[in-house]
Amino acid sequence: MDRAIMEGDPHAVLEGMLIGAYAVGASQGFLYVRTEYPIAVKNLKRAIDQARELGLLGQNILGTGFDFDVQINRGAGAFVCGESTALFSSIEGKAGEPRAKYIRSVERGLWGRPTVLNNVETLSNIPVIIEKGGDWYAHIGPANSPGTKAFSLVGKVKNVGLVEVPRGVPLSRIVEDIGGGVPGKDHFKAVQTGGPSGGCIPYSLKDVAVDFDSLTKIGSMMGSGGMIVMDDSDCVVDVARYFLHFLEEESCGKCLPCRLGLKGMVEFLDRFSRGEGSVEELDELVSLGEAIKDGALCALGGSAPNPVLTTIQYFRDEYLAHIIDKRCPAGVCKSLITYSIDKDKCTGCGLCVRNCPQGCITGETKTPHSINGEACVRCGMCLESCKFGAINVA
Amino acid sequence: MSDIKEKTDGLVSLVIDGQPVQAKEDWTVLETARHHHIHIPTLCYHEAVQANGGCRLCVVEAKEGNWSKIVVSCLYPVKEGLQISTSTAKVNNVRRWILEMLLAECPASKEIRALAEAYGVNSTRFKIDRPTEQCLLCGLCVRVCEEVVGVRAISFGSRGVNKQVTTPYMVPNNACVACGSCVTVCPTGAMQARLNMVRGNVSERTGHGHAH
Repeated sequence: MDRAIMEGDPHAVLEGMLIGAYAVGASQGFLYVRTEYPIAVKNLKRAIDQARELGLLGQNILGTGFDFDVQINRGAGAFVCGESTALFSSIEGKAGEPRAKYIRSVERGLWGRPTVLNNVETLSNIPVIIEKGGDWYAHIGPANSPGTKAFSLVGKVKNVGLVEVPRGVPLSRIVEDIGGGVPGKDHFKAVQTGGPSGGCIPYSLKDVAVDFDSLTKIGSMMGSGGMIVMDDSDCVVDVARYFLHFLEEESCGKCLPCRLGLKGMVEFLDRFSRGEGSVEELDELVSLGEAIKDGALCALGGSAPNPVLTTIQYFRDEYLAHIIDKRCPAGVCKSLITYSIDKDKCTGCGLCVRNCPQGCITGETKTPHSINGEACVRCGMCLESCKFGAINVA
Repeated sequence: MSDIKEKTDGLVSLVIDGQPVQAKEDWTVLETARHHHIHIPTLCYHEAVQANGGCRLCVVEAKEGNWSKIVVSCLYPVKEGLQISTSTAKVNNVRRWILEMLLAECPASKEIRALAEAYGVNSTRFKIDRPTEQCLLCGLCVRVCEEVVGVRAISFGSRGVNKQVTTPYMVPNNACVACGSCVTVCPTGAMQARLNMVRGNVSERTGHGHAH
């Protein structure tokens, strides 16, 4: 969402910063943009140049005696630099590591000076609120969380893309009405909101109001505004493992609970995905997750256990299926699944034979084929290539 | 409350583990606890350098009015009326898991083993990757070299699970003045084994191949 705003409407961000700077008496603004977003950097640069030419940035803006300028700082690809204090360190030229936030950044932030830090989406909302008035904005959405929010709707949903909705609308309205539901399925299995460290919301909570408080209450968060829709072919253990692995790699390593705790959580999840572990270990993992949430230095570690804790809370049965029954109900976890060919559906076309990297599918042309289970690496190429739905995963 | 404040002149009153204590306004919770002989375990804290709240072992539960929160005592500033508990269920859960992580991270350290045992943690459920490791990356060596000695001969390299104490550009350097401060502050003795990494082979030090 932020990327789309920076690329598509950079002047809204600059105007929001300008109004904010005028309100608090700031003279220098910083735009911290990921260097992986070159179009955002280019368009923001162009917008800054245009604003300077028009006298909207720089010395003595529009003859008011107010000075304000903006510079772009490009981030070097660290997820943790989304954390305010790590972002400050990065702009200061140090390693992007967060600091304890017991002293607010409005008192002591960038270079120890009072700093107001806001998200791109927040800033881009300022001009329209100033123009139409706070009352107008407060009437959108619920009283305790007014306004709109943009989401990036992706995954197993018909209409993927960016959507902006009034806050507080039910989750099902976004996924089913706007997103058009899951293609070929009755309903979604879970929606992960808020980016990699958000929680997974099950279908049973489909009517939850999408606002800050309601999402936090059920273990997820608004976060970055990401919304990943999953159906019954997604395994929650695998999903949790995927996100935790990402967060483990993105941990800056400053505090122990995040650096070592997330690594430990991945170890637990690796075992579960292989059908190892015990029910006691599942409870230990919850205890570890709580310890990391309480003990981590910044919000990266503080929210990282969310995907695990929410999936254990809402999909405990699926974890138990892995641990006790040695079965992955979604057919994802490689150690627990086997591929076989349905003799009635197989036409013997040979497409799977040509695609199998292991060469472990055999059979005469136009007669049903079979898979040698011992050589199979469960890559799924046969499943993808088969036009007759003859490959079974169990 | 207000009349106490007037009398004490620059001191604030708070409660640690049910015990009313007084602290200077600019003290942290840890400084206050130490002053009053209340024990809070630490690893990455040293009076000589700035606290950085990395090891999280000194966590305590801070209660103010209706809210309570887990905070690190080495950085949390004292405040009038603050209530601190050094050993609640949440605090102990964080501390025990950290000690268990440390047993896997630096299994060769006697000091870590003794500390873990003192809190009833005798084994670890985490994978031990480096059985001879003693370093927990508390960063005391890096901070003392920068803040006290002022030479920055050592620094952190890489990030996250790959983070390590190393030298700038990962080559031995001539900035090291062999003061031994890093070895002195190291809580586990891990720095001793890293000295040659910082200074290179001393008998061959001609400057060639060294960063200056």
